[in-house]
This record gives sequence, structure tokens and C-alpha cells, in this order.
Amino acid sequence: MAEAKTMTLNMGPHHPATHGVLRLVLELDGETIVKVTPHIGQLHRGIEKIAESMNYQQIIPLTDRLDYTAASLNNLGYCMTVEKLLGIDVPRRAQYVRVIMGELARIMGHHLWLGSHALDMGAMTVVFYTFRDREMIMNVNEELSGYRLTPSFLRVGGIARDITPDFVKYVREFVKWLPKALDGYHTLLTDNIIWRKRTMGVGTVSARDAVNYGMTGPSLRGSGVAYDVRKALPYSSYDDFDFQVPVGENGDVYDRYLVRMEEFKQSIRIIDQAIENLPDGPVKVDNPLVSNPETDEVMQDISALIRRFKIQCEGPAVPEGEVYHSIEGSKGELGFYLVGDGTSKPYRMKIRSPCFILTSALPKLLVGHMIADVISIIGSIDIVLGEIDR
Amino acid sequence: MIENKKEYIKNVSGCRAETGKFIVPLLKGMVYTLKNFFSKPITIQYPSERREVSQRWRGLHKLKTDDRGELKCVACGLCACICPARAISITPYEEEGGTRYPKEFIVNEIRCIFCGFCEEACPRDAIELTKVYDYVDYNRQDFDFDIAKLKNPEQFVFKGK
Ligand code: SF4
Ligand code: SF4
Repeated sequence: MAEAKTMTLNMGPHHPATHGVLRLVLELDGETIVKVTPHIGQLHRGIEKIAESMNYQQIIPLTDRLDYTAASLNNLGYCMTVEKLLGIDVPRRAQYVRVIMGELARIMGHHLWLGSHALDMGAMTVVFYTFRDREMIMNVNEELSGYRLTPSFLRVGGIARDITPDFVKYVREFVKWLPKALDGYHTLLTDNIIWRKRTMGVGTVSARDAVNYGMTGPSLRGSGVAYDVRKALPYSSYDDFDFQVPVGENGDVYDRYLVRMEEFKQSIRIIDQAIENLPDGPVKVDNPLVSNPETDEVMQDISALIRRFKIQCEGPAVPEGEVYHSIEGSKGELGFYLVGDGTSKPYRMKIRSPCFILTSALPKLLVGHMIADVISIIGSIDIVLGEIDR
Repeated sequence: MIENKKEYIKNVSGCRAETGKFIVPLLKGMVYTLKNFFSKPITIQYPSERREVSQRWRGLHKLKTDDRGELKCVACGLCACICPARAISITPYEEEGGTRYPKEFIVNEIRCIFCGFCEEACPRDAIELTKVYDYVDYNRQDFDFDIAKLKNPEQFVFKGK
């Protein structure tokens, strides 16, 4: 009599539903998964290493390319880390604009998640609507920074330029529009029998396990742990805003879906408050060692000219020391660890990528499920390979 | 923060759909799709139709000239220094009177990531990123923009056949 054997199946890295180039080696007993080994590294660009040879300003565009679905949030995390090392406070106007850009980026990330998650599971329509609305955020990015997907708009000590009247107009339009669009997403998915069957009770993870695996962000909150860096350790004026942290109870794919759907609404609330109460004032910190002097000033004043040469060639004058700072990214807690050695370049930059840690929890989530559930579970933890491999 | 914890938490499990609904939600979804089916398309037929891009658009580089038609650039090299992609290379040239010009100014538009740092760095306001975003060519070498190309990037706007 032949003994029961498992089958090894290689899923990815070219599988369209693994959200990038994730490769999973699955061991199957019939259609049930008994073992999962994630293989990563196909998108490795060595961002952490490249950062060691660049000055502190040049690293900003690199961080855009970590989680490219929500680029401004990475900028925010990085710039705040450098500011922490420098020990400077950013003007409140800049903080508010950063919050607006960050929350827009979060919505943009969630749009991409919702669209592709539903698309992977066969609900093709949703992606058209989410991409239609994502376009509006891209227009905001374009208006403000000149680039649509990777704005690179934040600077150490503030933002690159002041906002424009059109920016305010576009943001208000979007704030008005999104609740309507959200109702549409709910109509298409929330009650849908196929969606429910494929998500309810799938990929369940208890609160204890989620914490033990280091899961953060919406994936953790779906299990009922109300941990959000914006509330736990408020940064960039987040304590000025009134918003709620959505949590689930069951920790399955459906709850994680509901948590993110609610996050859309909460982000819109934050943006609405920020744009209506936008303070006046400068958008860059008034510190000659950090901020780039204006061009008009440079043409008049020789000391400003010298300062510009110094700042542009060497970046902001960052002291020796090490620092860690984390923010709530769109996928979870995004942290940057920087070691400065007193020169113009960091000695080491380490990125605590939420997606990397979520991937390490994949075996826990997947084992015992059917092979068709792999897609829905990967979609529900919302990983971006650009951030995992760095 | 811990004391007022209850206030900010919102439990979303209450929004879980009731079981037992089968066909009605599906129909609702289809009605929603059908309604959108007859709305105006939001796509545009590029390249025959084009959208107006923002004032701050970061497209191909332009080297600005002054009223006499001379380059404003003084070949200080600051843009090349800040460029994170190392896309700019400059050969300076100095005249008798001490006036500096770039003898050669090359921007590799393939390496460039269009971050706009060069524009921000320039102390003479001599380089800017224009609204031109569609440049196509057959050879890699043609993407090394020299001064002649950089002076007038508007010539590359695709105007249709
Ligand atoms: S836009 Fe950025 S990458 Fe391109 S040449 Fe200027 S500084 Fe370099
Ligand atoms: S920074 Fe401006 S002036 Fe200096 S080399 Fe570049 S374009 Fe010329």
C-alpha cells in the first residue's frame, strides 16, 4: 500500500495574485496546505545599502520606492526620523500638509489593496471604481508636487514648497466624493454572497498570535487589538484630530476587510479637519543648518548662497547618534532606524517594514486552508513586495 | 492615552453582513454596475487627447536662457551634486573675464528619476523641469540630452501625425 504523500507546489514569483514577486512553496495534502515557505528577495534593490552612500536629502526619493502604493507615508517616516536625530520641530502648517498627504497616501494604498484583493478573488468590477477614485488622489499629488505616484515632496524640516489654492480645491472635492464612492464599494462587496463565503472564517488569527507574530496595522486590528501608532504615540499633530481606530473581532479576512473600509472613512475625517483648520505660517523649519534658502534670497545674499551650497552638497547637518522612529504606515507600523556618524551620510539605515513581518506570519495564516484561500489571505494582509525586499 | 482608550475604538464587527441574503445583494451590485455603465467615461484617448498637467509637473529638463539668449547656468555643479541618480554631468568653461559657462551639460534622461532636486538646488534658477513628458527615441545615446536639446525641450511634444 502506498503511503500518503504530500505534493509540493511552487506558487509565484510570477503569479499575478501574489502582489508582486512573492514566491510561496506550498506543501499540499490533497488541496489542503500543510506547510508554507515564503521566499522573498526577487525585488531586492539594496535600498538600505544605497542609503549609506547618499546624503540625507538624496535618500528621500529612495524611500518613495519602498511601499510605492503609499509613497508619502514613507517620506514622512524617514523625514521624521532624521528630524528626531536633529532634534527639530516642524512648523505646524507643514505638519498639517504632511498629515493630509499621508492620509491621502493611506487611502491610495487602500484603494489599490481593495481593487487588487477583489480582482484576485474574481470580483473584477471593483478595481475600476477604486482606480477611478485613486486617480483623484494622484491629481492632488500632481498639483502639489508635480509627480503622481512618488511625490518626494517632504523634506527634512518641512515640505518642499507651499501649497497652491488648487490643492485645497482638489482635496475638498475628494473629501466630498469618497463617501459616495465608498457606498458603491460596499454595495459591490460587503453583502455579496460570494465575497462572504470566500472571506468569512478564512485566515483566522487570534489576537494573541497576531501580537506574537509582530503583526501591525489593519491586519492586527482585524483581530481586535486597538494598536495604532497615531493614537499610541501621536506624531505630526495627530492628537489635534478627532478620529477613531476601527477594530474587528474575529480576525478573519472579512474583518480585516471591514477594518480597512472603515479606515477610509476615518482618513477622510482627518483630511477634512486638517484642510479646514490649516494653520498659516512657514512650511520649512527656520534653521540655517537644515533648510534650503529660497532662490530669491540666494541671489541677493552671499551667506545664503554659501548655505545653499553647503546644504545641497552635504545635506542637513546631522549629528552623531542613533535614533528610531515609527509611524503608522498604510500596512502597519513603519519604522526607520538611523545611525548618524556626524558626516553627511548615514552610517546605517534600517527599515522596519510592516509587510516583511506580515509575510513571516503567512505560514501561520495559511496552514490548514485550501489552496484557493491562499489568494484571499495574501490579499487580506496587504503586502507590497517593494517594502519586503527593499 | 490609555484612560480614554474606549472612546476612540470603533468596533466594526457589527457591520458584518447578515447571513441568509443571497440574491438581493448580487442584484444590487449589478444595478450599481449598470448605472455606471451609462455614465461618461473617465478615460481619455491618449495621445490624440491629452490632459493638462499641473504647473509643477516634473518633466524633461530645460536650461533657461536670459534675455540675450545666453544660458543662465554658471556650471557651478550643484545640480550634479544633489542628483540622487547621478544623471547630470557638466564640463565647465571659463572665459577670459572670469565668466563661467557649461561647455558641456548632459542630462541622462533614462537615469533621471525626475525628483526635481536639481531645480531646487540651482542658485541661478537656470534649470527647470518642464511639462513635457513624452519623449521617445530609438537609441540610448539619444536620451543623453546635450545643451541643444536641453535648451528647447518643447520641441519634443508629440503633436500627432
Ligand atoms: S530631476 Fe532629480 S534625478 Fe533628474 S537630473 Fe534632476 S536631480 Fe537628477
Ligand atoms: S545648479 Fe544651476 S547654475 Fe549650477 S550647474 Fe546646475 S544648472 Fe548650472
